[in-house]
Amino acid sequence: MPVLEQPPDVLRQFREGDLDAFEALFRQHQGEVYGWIVRMVRNPAAAEDLTVETFWRIYRAHARFDPTQNFSPWARRIATNAALDHLRTERPEVDLPEDLASLPAPDPSVSAELQRTMVQAFHRLPPKLRVAATLALIEEQPYKDVAGALGISTGAVRLRVFRALRLLRRELQRQGIKP
Amino acid sequence: MNEHEQQRIEQLLKASLPPIGDRGEAELRRDLWPAMLKRLEARPTAVPWFDWALLAAVATWLAFFPGAIPVLLYHL
Repeated sequence: MPVLEQPPDVLRQFREGDLDAFEALFRQHQGEVYGWIVRMVRNPAAAEDLTVETFWRIYRAHARFDPTQNFSPWARRIATNAALDHLRTERPEVDLPEDLASLPAPDPSVSAELQRTMVQAFHRLPPKLRVAATLALIEEQPYKDVAGALGISTGAVRLRVFRALRLLRRELQRQGIKP
Repeated sequence: MNEHEQQRIEQLLKASLPPIGDRGEAELRRDLWPAMLKRLEARPTAVPWFDWALLAAVATWLAFFPGAIPVLLYHL
């Protein structure tokens, strides 16, 4: 979902704390930021709140923005941190039903019970592993983009994805399921 | 975990949690600027004294046990 970058003037004005420039950036990028966040938290209502939280952080950090750089990657990095903070405080038992209720149509090769177990196990993963696996495997975002958003190397993203899969396998085995 | 097991877990994961984009939920359905303005106009919340006390306790603890810093960073 590529978004055209703002002219340098708007970025410079934003850096100086201009509210109109901030509004212009907000209006242009809110959809992109929301789309990125909802992929991580998988909850539209929470994603809307986190989009506002992200832009609040962006506004507070305006003086640290480098107007010679692109706005989108910077915003995406801040959005990822906001989503991670949210996932760290999330109670899986409370937030599970949304995903459970929207399970996909039965896949003949995977039983509904197995899908349910997998979703529950996935929600119990450490947030930083969960986000890496969600973005790279489920949402199939390029590893380079995931790495940029998380502020780590692509190798580190691959390692987090591998650790997530290994933990999922262990959890399934613990429950007597041989994947 | 061998490659076959890894692929199988990946397959199970994708079957259990379909991409949000495929469910049409990745599009923003309303303008969030009014909510943003409300947030900008709200007074910044004060940090409770307990948070400062906790921060001081953690800093003191780390000063005495610097070996715990990597463990703390790992869990952050």
